[in-house]
Amino acid sequence: FQENDASVRLKIASLLGLLSKTAGFSPDCIMDDAINTLQNEKSHQVLAQLLDTLLVIGTKLTENPPVRMRLVEVACKHLTDSSHGVRNKCLQLIGCLGPVEKGAAKESESQAAKDVQKIIGDHFNDQDPRVRTAAIKAMLQLHERGLKLQQAIYSQACKLLADDYEQVRSAAVQLIWVLSQLYPESIVPIPSSNEEIRLVDDAFGKICHMVSDGSWVVRVQAAKLLGSMQQVSSHFLDQTLDKKLMSDLRRKRTAHERAKELYSSGEFSSGRKWGDDAPKEEIDTGAVNLIESGACGAFVHGLEDEMYEVRIAAVEALCMLAQSSPSFAEKCLDFLVDMFNDEIEEVRLQSIHTMRKISNNITLREDQLDTVLAVLEDSSRDIREALHELLCCTNVSTKEGIHLALVELLKNLTKYPTDRESIWKCLKFLGSRHPTLVLPLVPELLSTHPFFDTPEPDMDDPAYIAVLVLIFNAAKSCPTMPALFSDHTFRHYAYLRDSLSHLVPPLRLPGRKLVSSPVSPSITPHEDPSQQFLHQSLERVYNLQHLDPQGIQELLEFTIRDLQRLGELQSELAGMADFTATYLQCQLLLIKALQERLWNMAAPLYLKQNALASAAAKQILEETYKMEFMYSGVESRQVVIIHHMRLQAKALQLIVTARTTRGVEPLFGMCEKFLQEVDSFQRCFISELPHMQGSFVDKLLDLMPRLVTSKPSEVVKILQTTLRQSTFLHLPLPEQLHRATANIIEPTGESDNPLRFTSGLVVALDVDATLEHVQDPQGTVKVQVLYPDGQAQLIHPKPADFRNPGPGRHRLITQVYLSHTAWTEPCQIEVRLLLAYNSNRSKAAAKMPKSAWNESLEALPPSENGIEGTIPFSKPVKVYIMPKPARR
Amino acid sequence: VSYLCASGAGAGQDVGRSCILVSIAGKNVMLDCGMHMGYNDDRRFPDFSYITQNGRLTDFLDCVIISHFHLDHCGALPYFSEMVGYDGPIYMTHPTKAICPILLEDYRKITVDKKGETNFFTSQMIKDCMKKVVAVHLHQTVQVDEELEIKAYYAGHVLGAAMFQIKVGCESVVYTGDYNMTPDRHLGAAWIDKCRPDLLITESTYATTIRDSKRCRERDFLKKVHETVERGGKVLIPVFALGRAQELCILLETFWERMNLKAPIYFSTGLTEKANHYYKLFITWTNQKIRKTFVQRNMFEFKHIKAFDRAFADNPGPMVVFATPGMLHAGQSLQIFRKWAGNEKNMVIMPGYCVQGTVGHKILSGQRKLEMEGRQILEVKMQVEYMSFSAHADAKGIMQLIRQAEPRNVLLVHGEAKKMEFLKQKIEQEFHVSCYMPANGETTTIFTNPSIPVDISLGLLKRETAIGLLPDVKKPKLMHGTLMMKDNSFRLVSPEQALKELGLAEHQLRFTCRVHIQDPRKEHETVLRVYNHLKGVLKDYSVQHLPDGSITVESILIQATAHSEDQGTKVLLVSWTYQDEELGSYLTSLLKKGLPQSTA
Repeated sequence: FQENDASVRLKIASLLGLLSKTAGFSPDCIMDDAINTLQNEKSHQVLAQLLDTLLVIGTKLTENPPVRMRLVEVACKHLTDSSHGVRNKCLQLIGCLGPVEKGAAKESESQAAKDVQKIIGDHFNDQDPRVRTAAIKAMLQLHERGLKLQQAIYSQACKLLADDYEQVRSAAVQLIWVLSQLYPESIVPIPSSNEEIRLVDDAFGKICHMVSDGSWVVRVQAAKLLGSMQQVSSHFLDQTLDKKLMSDLRRKRTAHERAKELYSSGEFSSGRKWGDDAPKEEIDTGAVNLIESGACGAFVHGLEDEMYEVRIAAVEALCMLAQSSPSFAEKCLDFLVDMFNDEIEEVRLQSIHTMRKISNNITLREDQLDTVLAVLEDSSRDIREALHELLCCTNVSTKEGIHLALVELLKNLTKYPTDRESIWKCLKFLGSRHPTLVLPLVPELLSTHPFFDTPEPDMDDPAYIAVLVLIFNAAKSCPTMPALFSDHTFRHYAYLRDSLSHLVPPLRLPGRKLVSSPVSPSITPHEDPSQQFLHQSLERVYNLQHLDPQGIQELLEFTIRDLQRLGELQSELAGMADFTATYLQCQLLLIKALQERLWNMAAPLYLKQNALASAAAKQILEETYKMEFMYSGVESRQVVIIHHMRLQAKALQLIVTARTTRGVEPLFGMCEKFLQEVDSFQRCFISELPHMQGSFVDKLLDLMPRLVTSKPSEVVKILQTTLRQSTFLHLPLPEQLHRATANIIEPTGESDNPLRFTSGLVVALDVDATLEHVQDPQGTVKVQVLYPDGQAQLIHPKPADFRNPGPGRHRLITQVYLSHTAWTEPCQIEVRLLLAYNSNRSKAAAKMPKSAWNESLEALPPSENGIEGTIPFSKPVKVYIMPKPARR
Repeated sequence: VSYLCASGAGAGQDVGRSCILVSIAGKNVMLDCGMHMGYNDDRRFPDFSYITQNGRLTDFLDCVIISHFHLDHCGALPYFSEMVGYDGPIYMTHPTKAICPILLEDYRKITVDKKGETNFFTSQMIKDCMKKVVAVHLHQTVQVDEELEIKAYYAGHVLGAAMFQIKVGCESVVYTGDYNMTPDRHLGAAWIDKCRPDLLITESTYATTIRDSKRCRERDFLKKVHETVERGGKVLIPVFALGRAQELCILLETFWERMNLKAPIYFSTGLTEKANHYYKLFITWTNQKIRKTFVQRNMFEFKHIKAFDRAFADNPGPMVVFATPGMLHAGQSLQIFRKWAGNEKNMVIMPGYCVQGTVGHKILSGQRKLEMEGRQILEVKMQVEYMSFSAHADAKGIMQLIRQAEPRNVLLVHGEAKKMEFLKQKIEQEFHVSCYMPANGETTTIFTNPSIPVDISLGLLKRETAIGLLPDVKKPKLMHGTLMMKDNSFRLVSPEQALKELGLAEHQLRFTCRVHIQDPRKEHETVLRVYNHLKGVLKDYSVQHLPDGSITVESILIQATAHSEDQGTKVLLVSWTYQDEELGSYLTSLLKKGLPQSTA
């Protein structure tokens, strides 16, 4: 710090900051120095940097109140500095370190806390906007750390809303929001009149005002925060949707109101005339307040904003408010429906999703439904599917509405035949939600006639199936409906019940044995037995550990079979069952490989058996990776066991290699590596070791000192015995376990027409797949293309290609570029999805207790033995392609 | 005290013929130079003789600013610059400069070639006039001369429409031209920063209207077009070539794209084609969506919209046609209308206002039988719809702009007097700023309190800030210094420096005061008592007892002598300089209260 050059001192200060950030460094010692230098320093930049360093130190020493108090004092002293940078840092420091009252704190402490708030509050009026922003941010920081802000700040913050600088306004909006959540019920006076309103209402009004701010950053912020102000009174809420239309001083009805009236008066089809929106009643000029300080029309503005970011934020806010208030939901419906016509697809999609979320609270009017259904013709697949989902859960008020929906959906079906599944699903829900509305439509829909037999419709027509899906689902809760069916309808029912069982519910049909009916009521109790079965079968396996090897093998085989079948039957338990089955499979392989008979023979004679054992080891390794990375919901307890299994497999591998290879040299390396792995296993799972009594590792660790010193051949021998003696570990099941699955929807692999392209150029192949229970698909899912010549191509889809339609579900819609040299005739390539994993990234490592000092050490070794690999997790799809030779 | 003066040469309380003259701190600026559509005689152009009586316009005006290319804002420009004579700079934005001559030429053709008028400006005049134009960018500050500067802000209304800030020294005026606060399909919303002008001149076309959400209108429009096309009908949309036409084209184009519709859309050729070309070029002036997507595809390169040919009108099957002019009073739109009117499957949508007497107005007011030229009766069976797609700010938008700019005064132009009256009242009530609405030829004078910049010497500034606390925005700060006025500039310097510069000797001003104290003791004892007392009271000051029997408090001298007549009364002589006035008078009053009774 004796340097003359300010920039050198600056660098030193920042270095100190970095140094104190690094672990294992005790920052106390440099703190005093830093504070001392602070007092002698002249350069503003160096001062600011020193304060920054102190901030880092302070955050490191969170458990040391006196140090913090001292730092805060230092910061307060420098608040009068003339440079904005220094003041900025001071405020930041106070914000981060300022004392926070903890329940019944001491009097002195609370006094200090008050002071801090006052100090920061004083800087709300600083001349520099950056300092003002920092002051508000510091205040917010204090709030985040649990300090209860005083209500007095509210009026100060309100003044800041009119600040010239957008970052100040943006921060002020946040502060007001925080305050409104803290003191929703306190009363504030309205200036200019002597009325008083609740603070939350006042704040709501003010934030609404900011929705028409000049800066779009502030607008986005305001619109977002509006959504989370749920305590606001409904009176205010309603105003946000009301712009108070006015034409030549007379109150005009909005088009929405007009639409409603037209609808109720039954002259819906009549066109509007010129001047229809002519104003009706004279309004008092005094009463019209053009830019009301209230919440007037905030959402109308927000939804019409130029920037789509603001519009999306407004839609989200609408959604959140509507979820908490049914009456508001009813009112905002018109606006949401309007948003379906936005020019940006994202906004449209968002508003459709919003509508779906609030659809429990609302019933669509016919004219609204009309607009909603118009969107069905949208050329974007996402929009259409979102809309289908919306229709699944909407309430329709009239039978005409249902008819309209059906007609539009059928239109959609003919225009975009790929939507088939989605439309059927949509009609299924539509039918089951509105059985009484469907009932009067049945004769018309089935085109039956009381006297004449009508021709039997084509059973393979998707449109006809769609109609039947609607009717059958409605008939489920409407027993009178089957009477209207004609003979062929019953036949078709039987056919569909078999072919599309997920769409067609079991019906109680007259003159038919109720084969399937008892199933439906007993669905709930049915779950328990299967769960029980799962557990029972597992118990059985675990308890029979001391059976003779043959018996164990048989039992395992049976259990695996049972489990696999169970997984197929019960989709809820599929993940669990598969997971266990895989584990047992590993165990089985291990047992088989370790069959004593094989190992007693002389090595050279039993190459075949060795091959079997090494194959088993390899398979176990693969399976363990699958278990670790393909299932979501795996907890650390399972991870230990999986790793343990892997360790066993590695041991097996070592033994096999030891027996097949001659010479000791390669063995040395392998042994060492193995021992390292055992070591890292022990370090990673030290907390879990007590649960693993009698296991392979347990025994291995006991022998560890001996292992380290002994020769490879001895090591192998020891391993062999421990491996055989070790007991079978109990695999506890986690609460929720789901297997990652993927299903490629497109390409379908059915096409006989090869995709022709000129060799050397690329062709784009559309891939559409659904992924379930994949964590972080953007990073892990890859597309693999296998060419007939064995060439494999791995493609990383763009993060934007993944969509997230629901929890645990993802959708991958991407394009894969293919290219190859010329072929003589078309051939098939395989496309499949892979799940990439990296053992570095393993969950165990992430959960490892981080001790600060060895963190940096720990970071290196795993990357050396980290294994990157991929697991195929979808069925491969074959695509027929034909690269043609380029024409000259 | 300075003043700003604005006079409406054309657009006072009237729509059309915008022309405003602003004098600001000695500079004269003309805002817009429009024509009136309704007149065909001298009244169609503003009265320029009003400006100078009989001097040359170039000498009087410092610059002319054109806000956008609509004829009611720029129609009189060639007449003004070439026929009346003006050679100074004319400022407009790039798109305005590009599109303006096309419209002027079209206007000239109609008046001269079709109506056969003489004494009108020629094509050459338009070209000469455009040579005088200086194009400006958004947010670019243009220095017209040393003092006058102008800056353009985005206004929305049409492509290239701008609001202008005119600034001389620290006085400023903002002229909005026409603007729109709600963004539409191809243009963004008007935006201005908190520039706090002394005067905001704003249009007030929709002074008393608050409009419905634009989405309802759009939806209605699309639904109607869609329905008609679906049942095989033809849709006629009469439009004017520029502005709304592009908006509706984009609306339909995107809708067609989204819905995968196949019915053809036609656009009448000619003027519009040329204008569309410029729309493609000036992408930066459009809204977020178009700006962001033009890399993939320029929205104005219409996929579904094709040029119209006369023969297409008889084609079977559905179609949508945009045809000019917008009020169905002549030309192509009327021809098509006559062809299609007989079929009830067809529809005509009027997207804008129609003047009385035109076919458009007649059918909108519900007339079903029209008498055409040659005594023909045309029966209108087609559906007639009206839908307002206007790009002016409504009352709420105007208020919003005022809130954004925070002007000290507001002046309303370009609107109807009755409606302006209402808005004026609202503005005054809401923002507590004065609001004016001059009629044509009327001059409004606004007094401003301009702040006068003063240079302060660095030494003085540092010294003064070191004394006080941090400067506070809200409170005025007191400073000691000397104000020097020299060569029309102001400087604030420390007194010493001022003396040095002016070559004056420093005079010292001393106040002396005698305070009588009843004290029977000896002089030096009295002095000691006074000293102790002062030391007790004035803890923060250095109080010293000098060996010659006097006391100093900082630089204040106190001496005590016995009264010549009464030995029991001591006279305290207090003397201080002018600079220590505050402390000196405090000390005197303190001593006048007398000494505390001695306790020992």
